[in-house]
Amino acid sequence: MTQPDLTILVIDENAIRASIIEEGLREAGHLRVTVIHEVSGVARVIETLEPDVIIIDIENPNRDMMEHLFQLTRMVSRPIAMFVDRADTASIEQAVEAGVSAYVVDGLKKERVKSILDMAVSRFNAFSRLQRELADAKSALEARKVIERAKGILMKMRGLSEEEAFALLRQTAMNEKKKMIEIAQSVVTAAGLLM
Amino acid sequence: MTFLESDAGSTLSAPALVGEDGPRVFRAGFIPLVDASVLIAAAEFGFAAREGLAIDLVKDVSWANIRDRLAFRQFDIAHMLSPMPVASMLGLGSNPSPTIAPFSLGRGGNAITLSIRLFARMQETGLLGPQEDALANARALAAVLKSLRERGEAVPTFGVTYPFSSHHYEMRYWLAAGGIDPDRDVKLVVVPPPLTSDALAAGAIDGFCVGAPWNMVASARGVGRIVAAKQDIWPSAPEKVLGLRPDFAEKHREHVLRLLVALDAAARWCDDRANHTALAEVLAEPRYLSTPAELLRHVLSGEFGLDDQGNRRMIPDYIGFHAGHANYPRPSQALWIYSQMIRWGQTSFSHAGLDAVLSAYRPDLYRAALGDQAPDTTQDLRAEGMEADDGFMDGHVFNPADIPAYVAAFPVRADTGLSFDDES
Repeated sequence: MTQPDLTILVIDENAIRASIIEEGLREAGHLRVTVIHEVSGVARVIETLEPDVIIIDIENPNRDMMEHLFQLTRMVSRPIAMFVDRADTASIEQAVEAGVSAYVVDGLKKERVKSILDMAVSRFNAFSRLQRELADAKSALEARKVIERAKGILMKMRGLSEEEAFALLRQTAMNEKKKMIEIAQSVVTAAGLLM
Repeated sequence: MTFLESDAGSTLSAPALVGEDGPRVFRAGFIPLVDASVLIAAAEFGFAAREGLAIDLVKDVSWANIRDRLAFRQFDIAHMLSPMPVASMLGLGSNPSPTIAPFSLGRGGNAITLSIRLFARMQETGLLGPQEDALANARALAAVLKSLRERGEAVPTFGVTYPFSSHHYEMRYWLAAGGIDPDRDVKLVVVPPPLTSDALAAGAIDGFCVGAPWNMVASARGVGRIVAAKQDIWPSAPEKVLGLRPDFAEKHREHVLRLLVALDAAARWCDDRANHTALAEVLAEPRYLSTPAELLRHVLSGEFGLDDQGNRRMIPDYIGFHAGHANYPRPSQALWIYSQMIRWGQTSFSHAGLDAVLSAYRPDLYRAALGDQAPDTTQDLRAEGMEADDGFMDGHVFNPADIPAYVAAFPVRADTGLSFDDES
């Protein structure tokens, strides 16, 4: 490597997301990466590390505290600016929308940092997508359980076969223009009240 | 590198709806504080709708986010600390981006709270009289700090909310008025407002200056003692403002002026005690402040629980939303903020700086929308702290025509801001 490796600090309360970012940075050849999950004690970490780039999630209410550190204690020798190229508004907007912010030591060549920021943004987005998929999968599983229970109740109370119970739920949902899970939920609730 | 779908990871989509006639929906960022009331009331009680507008309120977690989301167009308008547009125009702090304030969202609401333990030590000094007295409290704290220093004990840590905040300057003003050097005798840190009471309870900080309702939250929990309110420091001190990008204001001028009309009506409504119950109930909702309505009613009425021992204090104008030209962005206020930035070494005095500061406050927009309500222009650069009921706690008077002399007259100030080199 012709240039000295950049020192990167990742501050993210979400440990899983932080490790995804860290892995991405290492894959890209950055070896001097430090990850912290808590902002307490960050002053000392910054003082010892002297990071060139700080990546922080913007849902972290301690961002204001970080900026105060940069501004008042002057523990970082060079001023720190958010993002390198303010003219590149498209990628900045993408970053803010993804929920990530970065502080970069002033004077650093933007080509050296752009790939790091791009990586952080895409990993943040990938993480949210994973979370969404996980949440969807979870609610699908929950829905299946409720439908199973509603089917069981109908089979028992009305003497239906499994196919008939399922068909009844589906037909009722269609008639009432509702989702099958909503009908199933009403059946379960009603049964709970009546039995 | 290709980006994954850009809507991921954020609940915010594109910025406000921009139709043929420009935006009618303003996306507004706010921090959960009582002084966001005017924006919330404008959205909730029909004042925006009456002007053919809608305000889409988005709660945020940090002032840095508010600043960045406004700069990067996720917000059209924002609830901002009054020093934020001033700092932005001076190019101070991270990511300074042009920001203007055409309307103040009110004044008051701040207070300083210390830990019960620290207050007990202040009582031991015998310097506290029977009356609640912010200056006596500061002097008693100075005596406690002196004895801490002599015994080689650690200095206390105080929290403020943002480097460019009224709270930061008020905390420093109060300390300095008592003869305390904020950079030597104590340690100042930034703590997000909703965490202040927990941080105090946990002993992570020994005091803080923050807006409503967080002082009362700490006193009601019995972890803190309120020792000064904004009214004690300087009643007229500017608090929050409506912030927006100058290019946005220019491009959508008519809608922005209508917004100011809506906010003016909302502010008037918020000031009326008859509406405080309705306002408190809306503010209490989880999507806004998520704080008990009863506590918010006390805040709005200025009925102060100083601690959990039943010590109370009435401050009738603890929070003001409209009366006394509270919404007029008076340039002398921006200049006073500048003077405090210089006093504490955040910047130095220059004529270029003066111009930048004056460009942050936009009384011209206020006048264009609400001309008949605006005070006389001769008041724009008035001396502050002259009126009997509006003095500074240390008796100084701010003369905007001579900021260097005003700053130099303070016995306690940072050394660094005093190089009054004028480049222009």
